[in-house]
Amino acid sequence: MSINPDLQGRSYPAAEVYDVGREKIREFARAVKATHPAHFDLNAAIALGHRDLVAPPTFAIIVAQRADAQLIEDPDSGIDFSRVVHADQRFVHHRPIIAGDRLVAELHVDGVRSMGGGAMITTRSEIFALSEDASRRNVATTISSILVRGEEQ
Amino acid sequence: MTPSFTDVTIGQALGSRTIGVTRQDLVKYAGASGDFNPIHWNESFATGVGLPGVIAHGMFTMGAAVQLVTDWAGDPAAIVDFQTRFTKPVPVTDTTGTDEPGASIEVTGAVGALDEDAKTARVDLTVVSGGQKVLMKAQAVVRLG
Repeated sequence: MSINPDLQGRSYPAAEVYDVGREKIREFARAVKATHPAHFDLNAAIALGHRDLVAPPTFAIIVAQRADAQLIEDPDSGIDFSRVVHADQRFVHHRPIIAGDRLVAELHVDGVRSMGGGAMITTRSEIFALSEDASRRNVATTISSILVRGEEQ
Repeated sequence: MTPSFTDVTIGQALGSRTIGVTRQDLVKYAGASGDFNPIHWNESFATGVGLPGVIAHGMFTMGAAVQLVTDWAGDPAAIVDFQTRFTKPVPVTDTTGTDEPGASIEVTGAVGALDEDAKTARVDLTVVSGGQKVLMKAQAVVRLG
């Protein structure tokens, strides 16, 4: 099956809410061998002017990859997950992700380029923090490209 | 404390860091991130899709490499932009039951550019494993004091 060229320009609206917990920040920080006290110790985070524990710089990948899954699992996309290779990744932080944030991600397919028998697909997740009044603020933009290898690659 | 813009110069070195990686580290990263692709924990699956063996998540390498920048920045929130290309896989051999890592990742960093208006520095990371550059264009932008 080949990649659907009409994917370009497609968007997937914000779906489930991701609640950023302190223990998840600590777990993710340990998993990437991050050692800064602001990931682990509430007082250390507050001393730096933060409301709560600060997520590591790549933490948003959890939310971004959940958003990407909507595209990869979309039967209409033609993407075979077992042939996917992560080609590049970028995080733009408009403000840090902090424990207690309630996040949603809007996924945009910004580029589909065929390469040999496969395709390079660039997606962008706009990650928003929800407020109690249901307004939302853009906290991070993540951009990633995946290479879907063709059958002969 | 976050370095002051006036104290930072282009070419300034951030030092280096060596990260030992085990199969257990990859299982931990899979659980923490939710990325359970079996190429990161199952040898026969990995070789079956043409890889040399189990490889580290690119996002593990990216996430671990940035610690050098966090240490320098003094506050993880000062890293406002971080990007890389994944160029080579990092094979991690099975050393379960020993004290040896299954792979070693060497990270060095230096200031590559300064932005006077934004008061930011771009740190360029060099990330090598097994004698090969495994990340390219690994750049973190740090908001300075």
